[in-house]
Amino acid sequence: MTRPASVLAGPKSRPPIHSQGDKTIEYAEKLLSVFILVPFAGSLIAIFFPSDQRGAISWFAGAIALVCFLVTAGLYPYVASGGVLHYRIDWVPELGLNFTLRMDGFAWLFSALITAIGVLVALYARYYMAEEDPVPRFFALFLAFMGSMLGVVLSGNLILLAVFWELTSIVSFLLIGYWHHNAHARDGARMALTITGTGGLAMFVGLIIIGKIVGSYELDAVLASGDAIRNHPLYGTVLVLVLLGALTKSAQFPFHFWLPHAMAAPTPVSAYLHSATMVKAGVFLLVRFWPVMAGTEAWFWIVGLAGLTTLLLGAYFAIFQQDLKGLLAYSTISHLGLITVLLSLGSPLAAVAAVFHIVNHATFKASLFMAAGIIDHESGTRDIRRLGGLFHFMPITATLAMVASAAMAGVPLLNGFLSKEMFFAEAIETHLVNPLDTVTPYVATIAGMFAVTYSLRFIHGVFFGRPPADLPRKPHEPPRWMRAPLDFLVLACLVVGIIPAQTIGPFLHTAVLSVLREGTPDYSLSVWHGWNIPLIMSFVALSGGIGLYFLMRSYLATAVEGPPVFRLLQGQRIFERVLVTLSWKWARWLEQRLGTRRLQPQMRLLVFLALAAGASPLLLGNFELPPLVIRGIDPAFALLWAIGIACAIGSAYQAKFHRLASLVLLGGAGLVTCITFVWLSAPDLAVTQLLVEIVTTVLILLGLRWLPKRIEEPVAAEDISIRVRLRRLRDLLLAIGAGGGMMLIAYTVMTRPLPETIASYFLERAYREGGGTNVVNVILVDFRGFDTLGEIAVLCIVALTVFALLLRFRPQSDSLEAPEQQKVQNAFDDDHPDRAAGDSVAEYLFIPAVIMRWMFPVTGMLAAFLFLRGHDLPGGGFAAGIAMSIGFILQYMSGGTRWVEERLRIHPLRWMSIGLLVATATGVGSWFFGYPFLTSHAQYASLPVVGKFPLASAILFDLGVFSLVLGATVLILIALAHQSVRAPRAHAKAARSDKEAVR
Amino acid sequence: MELILSAGIGTLTASGVYLLLRPRTYQVIIGLSLLSFAVNLFIFGMGRLRVNAPPILDPGGVGDLARYTDPVPQALVLTAIVIGFAMTALFLVVLLASRGFTGTDHVDGREQRGD
Repeated sequence: MTRPASVLAGPKSRPPIHSQGDKTIEYAEKLLSVFILVPFAGSLIAIFFPSDQRGAISWFAGAIALVCFLVTAGLYPYVASGGVLHYRIDWVPELGLNFTLRMDGFAWLFSALITAIGVLVALYARYYMAEEDPVPRFFALFLAFMGSMLGVVLSGNLILLAVFWELTSIVSFLLIGYWHHNAHARDGARMALTITGTGGLAMFVGLIIIGKIVGSYELDAVLASGDAIRNHPLYGTVLVLVLLGALTKSAQFPFHFWLPHAMAAPTPVSAYLHSATMVKAGVFLLVRFWPVMAGTEAWFWIVGLAGLTTLLLGAYFAIFQQDLKGLLAYSTISHLGLITVLLSLGSPLAAVAAVFHIVNHATFKASLFMAAGIIDHESGTRDIRRLGGLFHFMPITATLAMVASAAMAGVPLLNGFLSKEMFFAEAIETHLVNPLDTVTPYVATIAGMFAVTYSLRFIHGVFFGRPPADLPRKPHEPPRWMRAPLDFLVLACLVVGIIPAQTIGPFLHTAVLSVLREGTPDYSLSVWHGWNIPLIMSFVALSGGIGLYFLMRSYLATAVEGPPVFRLLQGQRIFERVLVTLSWKWARWLEQRLGTRRLQPQMRLLVFLALAAGASPLLLGNFELPPLVIRGIDPAFALLWAIGIACAIGSAYQAKFHRLASLVLLGGAGLVTCITFVWLSAPDLAVTQLLVEIVTTVLILLGLRWLPKRIEEPVAAEDISIRVRLRRLRDLLLAIGAGGGMMLIAYTVMTRPLPETIASYFLERAYREGGGTNVVNVILVDFRGFDTLGEIAVLCIVALTVFALLLRFRPQSDSLEAPEQQKVQNAFDDDHPDRAAGDSVAEYLFIPAVIMRWMFPVTGMLAAFLFLRGHDLPGGGFAAGIAMSIGFILQYMSGGTRWVEERLRIHPLRWMSIGLLVATATGVGSWFFGYPFLTSHAQYASLPVVGKFPLASAILFDLGVFSLVLGATVLILIALAHQSVRAPRAHAKAARSDKEAVR
Repeated sequence: MELILSAGIGTLTASGVYLLLRPRTYQVIIGLSLLSFAVNLFIFGMGRLRVNAPPILDPGGVGDLARYTDPVPQALVLTAIVIGFAMTALFLVVLLASRGFTGTDHVDGREQRGD
């Protein structure tokens, strides 16, 4: 059931403000599902594109991204000035699990970013990917990623958010490992998944706790209960868990090291995931929960410390990277750190700056990644030491890259400058009086300086200086359309940098308003704020950074990859150590100490645990033994169970050396059970139990032949070792404990009065609604018909498994010989000249065999009888199916396999499939009358002679059950019986080939 | 009645559990069968023991519901009997196949010392 949930979605601070009618809003809310459906559907379609259609598939992916972007653009009027759109499908509303999509201004901004850059990346990838790359896989994953990322930003339910969050981790794993023949790609992918996946799990737990605190998983409810969350005793736990998710995803220190290793991904992936979207999911989450979690001391310290360290270290490490993409990766880490610091401050102005920088960073970093990809693509290397002087070969790309990296460095008149100024301004403000707050402006300036240095290095090292000598390819400008995304993004950097208020202004305001609501501060987006401290800090950073670059230039030109000293302390190395220790050393140690491959100790442990679990409530709670009632015992019933108990113990005692005796005794215990059912008013059970008992016994009898001979040798009591005795004693005690416990519980429960149960529900409705007086049968085929359908499916699977296992059955050699009895009979035939070999076997039990043959139609009658009366009187499809299969088995026993199969058509597989089809079709049939699956309809029909019998649509279902049970039972029994036919043949063949070998 | 039946359930369980802990596959299959009798009777007993109570409704009127036996445990046990049969069949074949592959009927697929 779908319904737009704007009316139901719980507390909301304000209703959507709009002038349109309710109809259009409803329509707009329905459109939200496009963001999830279209990319994932596209992903599925993309897989089936032929791999040589690079152009077509990238157009397809681009078109899908474009559709999503246009829908986003079209929805803007609904979210502007604080509106919120909801789309909700209830899934398990009782548990608070709903598929809720929710778009506010902030989610809108992110959706626009994801879809717009998605279009550009699709276009770029069309030229970037090589002929031999499996392109359909790339675009399928690309679209799946877009869907997951849109899911993260649009989720209106915490659980849904966690699901999409994990999906982004998984798809990113596949994308980083896209070139899976490359070991770096595999390692990088695994590392990214391990770290972001672990963080995601922690976050999931945190989100569940939030849900418990708030009492709802709906985002609207959560955003309205900030005080409840901040003042809850579990706030600290929640904070740490949620931050683990956010900080790992956004590659914050000390989890930053996965991002540089993720650079083994194709460059379009890096441009999309590792600059614009996925790594922004962490800061997205921080902004999302900013209104309800930020502003406390703990938030300030954890987020602030992580952010500042990341800001500084990321920028410092970036200077020393020799790989273009590595430099950009560390720079991304540093910029994410900057956003994190802004969010840690807890001031609304800083939050505005954070949102602004998220957008700015996405534009200039995506374009720089694309530029790095072009350089790699056209020159064959990304090593800064080998590159140089490329301005001469690709002037346009060089100019674009220069503008973008100037934005990265924070040069005035570009978008990076604006948000950086806002950051500086916030850094010098005092928010809380503590050392962290005091060092922030200095750290900010130094990090700004480093940013200038590495940006300069990117430009100067690649485009200027000596022309390259030994490049793998001769560099030149890329194809026109490969550069187009770059053109667009750099233009955006420029336009936003020069006239921010007229371009990004309204959108930014919408996003900020949806996060900060009433607390939205006044801020100015103008380029010129006059001579103030932030501007001076910018100048210090700029000049310092340029100076630093020229000081370090000669060192960097020849240095090895990575910063001095820190190079030795590699996060990756530590990560691998930890992983090896955890997943190999400790695991192996534990396995050696605690593990066993032997079944018996495991079973013992299991029984013991079950016993302890069952006994503990009895021992801990004050359990009172019920009074022992001896009066009113029927002596016949007591005698019956005396036999039953003797059979059970005897069967257990004989199971090792006297299998047949044990089986007979087991049958005895089964019969006692069966009589008990009759005695205690359960005729249906008695009938089924009796029939199943027969089939089981025949089945095990058929199996006995293939078990090894075990002859009891008289062993003197003192020869049995103490260990064996102890073990048997322990098992015996366990068994007596289990049996005693069952007895106690059974007795206690049975002597208490029966509370009100659902039995009356079925008793009242069985005839009125199910049209049958046999309530048990009506429950099975009507009320709980779906369970029965599942059950016969299980039976079907078991029969097929048995069939498949026996197809490849190879008996042990000692079971292959003809049985003793057959040998005696054959010897008798050989001794008498008037008898041919095999006559005795054929005549064996001749009179019973004739009777059994005659019984076949009678058994058929019985089955039909059981089947037809099933709805009203004891019987039914199960019992009938088994009865019929006994009829077949009797024929096999009397005539032998070949005799039967020459005369009867035995197709158990067909019967099974017909049964399953009929049962399912009956269920489906009720759809055509507009009722739910398996709704039944009942009335009576009459046949001549037979008389009136119930004819519910359930009887068709029961017919399916009958057919399937018959097929399955016959299949199992026949498959086993056939082994005796196969084995002698195989044996004879083996013997013949042996003889030939000897000759 | 209750005492006798619970004693029966107890013995069936004890015999079944003891056999489950034995090393030979055949012992285990017999044990599982005994245990499933016990479990079926136990579930059935949860609807309380009624002698001579009608299990079939009178056509027409239902009347006093308390006269009838509890159909729910019976329906559950009916299902359990059939699934129990399927389990026994599957286990028997796995047992035979394992004996064919490994040459032993020990539950571990190889002989252990001291059993």
